[in-house]
Amino acid sequence: MNKLIYLDNAATTKLDADVFEVMKPYFIENFSNPSSVYDIAQHSKAAVEDAREQIANILGARTNEIYFTGGGSESDNWAIKGTAEAYKTKGNHIITSKLEHHAVLHTCQYLEKQGFEVTYLDVDADGKISLEELEAAIKPETILISIMFANNEIGTIQPIKEIGAIAKKHGVLFHTDAVQAFAHVPIDVQEMNIDMLSASGHKFNGPKGIGFMYIRKGVKIGSFIHGGAQERSRRAGTHNVPGIVGMAAAARLAADAMDERIKQECELRDYLIDRILTEIPYVRLNGHRTDRLPNNANFSFQFIEGESLLIMLDQRGICASSGSACTSGSLDPSHVLLAIGLPHEIAHGSLRLTLSHENTKEEMDYVVEQLKFIVDRLRSMSPLYEDFVKKNS
Amino acid sequence: MKNTKKTVVVGMSGGVDSSVAALLLKEQGYNVIGVTMQIWQDEDRCTIEHEGGCCGLSAVDDARRVAGILDIPYYVMNFKNEFKENVIDYFTDAYLHGMTPNPCIACNRYVKWESLLRRSLEIGADYIATGHYARVVKLPNGRYAIQKSKTDAKDQTYALYNLTQYQLEHTLMPVGDFEKPQIRRLADEAGLVVANKPDSQEICFIPDNDYAGFIERECDCSNVRPGNFVDKDGNVLGTHKGIIHYTIGQRKGLNLSMGRPVFVTDIRTDTNEVVIGDGGDVFSLELIADNINYMAVPEFEDGMRAWAKIRYSHKGAPCTVYNHEKGIRVVFDEPQRAITPGQAVVIYDGDIVMGGGTIIRG
Repeated sequence: MNKLIYLDNAATTKLDADVFEVMKPYFIENFSNPSSVYDIAQHSKAAVEDAREQIANILGARTNEIYFTGGGSESDNWAIKGTAEAYKTKGNHIITSKLEHHAVLHTCQYLEKQGFEVTYLDVDADGKISLEELEAAIKPETILISIMFANNEIGTIQPIKEIGAIAKKHGVLFHTDAVQAFAHVPIDVQEMNIDMLSASGHKFNGPKGIGFMYIRKGVKIGSFIHGGAQERSRRAGTHNVPGIVGMAAAARLAADAMDERIKQECELRDYLIDRILTEIPYVRLNGHRTDRLPNNANFSFQFIEGESLLIMLDQRGICASSGSACTSGSLDPSHVLLAIGLPHEIAHGSLRLTLSHENTKEEMDYVVEQLKFIVDRLRSMSPLYEDFVKKNS
Repeated sequence: MKNTKKTVVVGMSGGVDSSVAALLLKEQGYNVIGVTMQIWQDEDRCTIEHEGGCCGLSAVDDARRVAGILDIPYYVMNFKNEFKENVIDYFTDAYLHGMTPNPCIACNRYVKWESLLRRSLEIGADYIATGHYARVVKLPNGRYAIQKSKTDAKDQTYALYNLTQYQLEHTLMPVGDFEKPQIRRLADEAGLVVANKPDSQEICFIPDNDYAGFIERECDCSNVRPGNFVDKDGNVLGTHKGIIHYTIGQRKGLNLSMGRPVFVTDIRTDTNEVVIGDGGDVFSLELIADNINYMAVPEFEDGMRAWAKIRYSHKGAPCTVYNHEKGIRVVFDEPQRAITPGQAVVIYDGDIVMGGGTIIRG
């Protein structure tokens, strides 16, 4: 099998070919800076504003509530540090969860060193926070709740609408890192009471290096990148016009096809999950069985080393990951898998498969067959498995 | 067509030797997979630039680029725990017991040739390979042994004496057939970015070479405390900083004004004393070693004549090897300087490694 089967769409996605066509004119034909005065610059200015409107429409937001950034991590940093700075006279307490992306966790840890107090909510075995614990954690000094929409490793979707309602009831701002969720599942910032939302273009077949943040009108938040007057003086830097145009086009395509893609991806995902859970022994599914991203499957295989599993999948043309690509340089087991209560040795044997609308059932069959072979081989060479078999025979 | 090519995992440090090892094996027709072993312990420590060393993120970047040029698959494997348990803990423990360990020997035996080999066989490889200046040979008696490389100046056989027959059977060392300048030229010709990287030095996990400071940071050091410098009759000569700061034969850094050059001749952990003596006291004729690894032969013939090396930089000296209740007793023809417990004694017959063990008594 020479074809590559790409199952790491949570790490990044392929740029959609139609999106690429939409971006092309803004590299050479119209390379102008939207902030310039001459006529051709008005075309790029218009393209940026059209893009803003398209994204606002998808979220149920107003056009002037969408701010373009360099990506998801920047949006997360801006939301949290910006809020902390702007509201520090009101209070110094932030609530988040233990399975946030590092862009949120490390930002919160940074703020702790600056004198802020951060509550990291526990999650249950499926990766969900408890609404009761959330509400109990709120105190007069609380200025921000930052809870991710859907987890990048195990795919669990949080009760966002309920979190939004709690935040609203207590007059606390609510930010959600929706990098994995935006353009994959329906989001309405009004209905869900979201005050700030982070997203990233390359997670939904858009380009890399571009993202946005939704900031509800009325939220006081200062500039994070200081400089020129772009983005209503809140985010300086020359507009990445092809990126902005491409991200909006990709969001539009995804939004238009969303119902169909969700149905297709969920079917494929459930087929994959069912086959693996039935046909491979000593495996568990990580994350919530149904409240999960349509394209996410995450497993822990007992008695094997995740690294060897990934290498052997790669040798067979299957691109997968053990967790977040952002932490693959790290040697410690994923904080997400530890947060849902997996012991170290099982967290080490984890595999994340994240699908796209382009994957097929035949590919899932191939993946399952290869996985059965690989897991069997690795276990046959594993001293841990040998001990286990001896103990149980 | 069935692929009959053998597969080899090359441990790549990003340095010139392992890069050329991968190049040579690819040219010899193997399926080559490059692997860098991640062994460093925390994210902060890898920000210490350690040029040419085998640890750190820059090693990964360099190795990845080389693999890209050679067009071979490349992976990073995590051996953090294995390295901590088998190398760092062993290293600190040995110092705390008054010995001077060689961490490279432990790393080779337990991390490279145990963990890396196991993981490599797991993913379907037939062999592992490294960029060591040494050769693996199969002897007429059917056993595998390490043979010195073509170039004496770069001989790295000392740190490889402890490999088992099973490990050697699955090992390739293509660099051992070449001399260092040839290796650099080959790297240059192949356009490998590492061709002019300096050789790695010192202990890879202690880039500033302050091993005493490292041990103090690494462990509960209630037993690193000042004690007495004494002469061999027990007369107190001064105060030392703690035994981990000293090794047999050491002259510098003693801060003793004796009016003549003096040396460390013994370290007594039970009394926390460092024994000081004259130059002549540093020489001894024989040693006892335990934990013997037999390589070229299943056992040593009692009274066997051989050459022995007592540290990495030792030239080797003629000796007679006797079996001993602890392992072996090695009696040199001439007294040797600074025979140091914790270091290895490696026994050679010509350029073949016969075996070796850990020195327990000088």
